[in-house]
Amino acid sequence: MNNKTCHELNTLLKEKKLSSVELTEAVLAQIDKVEGKIQAYVTVTKEEALKQARAADERIKNNENVTPLTGIPIAVKDNMCTKGILTTCSSKILNNYLPPYDATIVTKLKEAGAVIVGKTNLDEFAMGSSTENSGIHPTHNPWNIETVPGGSSGGSAAAVAASECIMATGSDTGGSIRQPAAFCGVVGLKPTYGRVSRYGLVAFASSLDQIGPLTKDVTDTAIMLQAMAGHDKLDSTSVDLPVPDYKKALVDDVKGMKIGVIKELLGEGISEEVKASIKEAIKKYEELGAKIIEVSLPSFEYAVSTYYLIAPAEASSNLARYDGVKFGHRSKEAKDLISMYYQTREEGFGQEVKRRIMIGTYALSAGYYDAYYLKALKVRTLIKQDFEKAFQKCDVLISPTAPSVAFKAGEKSEDPLSMYLSDIATIPINLAGLPAISLPCGFSSNLPIGLQIIGRAFDEETILRAAFAFEQNTEWHKQKPVI
Amino acid sequence: MSVTRQDVEHVAKLARLGLTDKEKELFTGQLSNILDYAKNLNKLDTKDVPPTSHAIPMKNVLREDKVIPCANTQDIVANGPETEENMFKVPKIME
Repeated sequence: MNNKTCHELNTLLKEKKLSSVELTEAVLAQIDKVEGKIQAYVTVTKEEALKQARAADERIKNNENVTPLTGIPIAVKDNMCTKGILTTCSSKILNNYLPPYDATIVTKLKEAGAVIVGKTNLDEFAMGSSTENSGIHPTHNPWNIETVPGGSSGGSAAAVAASECIMATGSDTGGSIRQPAAFCGVVGLKPTYGRVSRYGLVAFASSLDQIGPLTKDVTDTAIMLQAMAGHDKLDSTSVDLPVPDYKKALVDDVKGMKIGVIKELLGEGISEEVKASIKEAIKKYEELGAKIIEVSLPSFEYAVSTYYLIAPAEASSNLARYDGVKFGHRSKEAKDLISMYYQTREEGFGQEVKRRIMIGTYALSAGYYDAYYLKALKVRTLIKQDFEKAFQKCDVLISPTAPSVAFKAGEKSEDPLSMYLSDIATIPINLAGLPAISLPCGFSSNLPIGLQIIGRAFDEETILRAAFAFEQNTEWHKQKPVI
Repeated sequence: MSVTRQDVEHVAKLARLGLTDKEKELFTGQLSNILDYAKNLNKLDTKDVPPTSHAIPMKNVLREDKVIPCANTQDIVANGPETEENMFKVPKIME
């Protein structure tokens, strides 16, 4: 039963054909069974989950405020604060951190009656594209455990794909929801910047970070987004706009929809099998009556450079708080305050985090600020303008989510630049603050391929509709990994 | 090589980040590669382009400046590596 979707399980729970305790026990049993191979979790909260499941069953029994998420086992990425439950960001520097509060999305999911089964693994502080940078352990792709699950929400994507939870939260700064969703054959959505509160999300790059769902199908994505979205006075960057009914967007009809195909993302640097799948997807949309338009976004060539200056610059500032004073690891070697800072950070941070602090500090330092950081902010404007132009003639844009299928563990970890280039299709969207979804659109060597659909700011509805129509008319999402 | 070992040491000092000798060597090469790659931005003329720090328009959110009780001081302080009576203890700052 743990391989079913949230909307299927919601029906069974409401009809009392299944209890949340039974479902949660099935999920916990699956974790016991496959976790040795997958390592999707940092922490499994078995006792707490069963307590929440009993409360959900009580709620369903009394027919008291039953939501589509009531009694559904979910996983939370380990960079989102959970009160009294270890929140590590997969970093040694936070290996003992017990948040004194819940992130807003955790509060919202709990209020909806969801059952939190554990905290999922990530690249340390969400910096990475393979979950190999976790300071705890690497996560493995359920489709082929020799390949990476993508990152940084690799734990969440793998847990959903391996039915170690029904759905999961992820965070996306440069593709960290969408790329692992593509690699693991699940659906992942990065909402518009400001659509979901970031309160309680451990900051990486504050102008780019956004929380979103990872699920087994598009309907579940709409359900989970509904539960997460909305203004929050605790996050001054969350936007005070009404939240639409996302389930109403799930219409199997794209007749007349203007779909832009991004030329730059079907050329050099994209593998042949990925290109072939995306071309099949385009054909499918044409069959369904959509209007296909080729669009060019020339600034995309500069997106990776722009991102890898802006994101590390913001990170170097955000990560200044890990100094051994108020929480987390403190070096035992320190003799004075300054050496405590140096030693604590040397011992606590992994190599990728150090590398990004270095890039960011360099880009912000005197003499280089204008040449690197300010330059990147200006190119960010050009990227945003390219999208605005494209959306004058298109309702949504499509591209591959990632340039290839999941790569082998270790293949890119020695060469940071080649790892960074694997984010080419997802990064521009974060720079422009737009919403985008990734959903399965094919396979190559038994590894999933993801289709990315990008929308206008705050128009998650149109991308959900385009994704739903594709899903209803294809079978890709029904394939499951054999673990 | 655009980044020298001295640059790496200087930047690490700005970031109060301890690095091993091996890391200093590794980062000298890698930062050079990454920043050389980033120089492709110079192909674009951005003289008249305004910078974007947030993609979505942002404004300051203000509220009344008033003291409200903080209920979970104990939980907050409990995370401190070394504490004393609701305070964080740090090594000596001045002799």
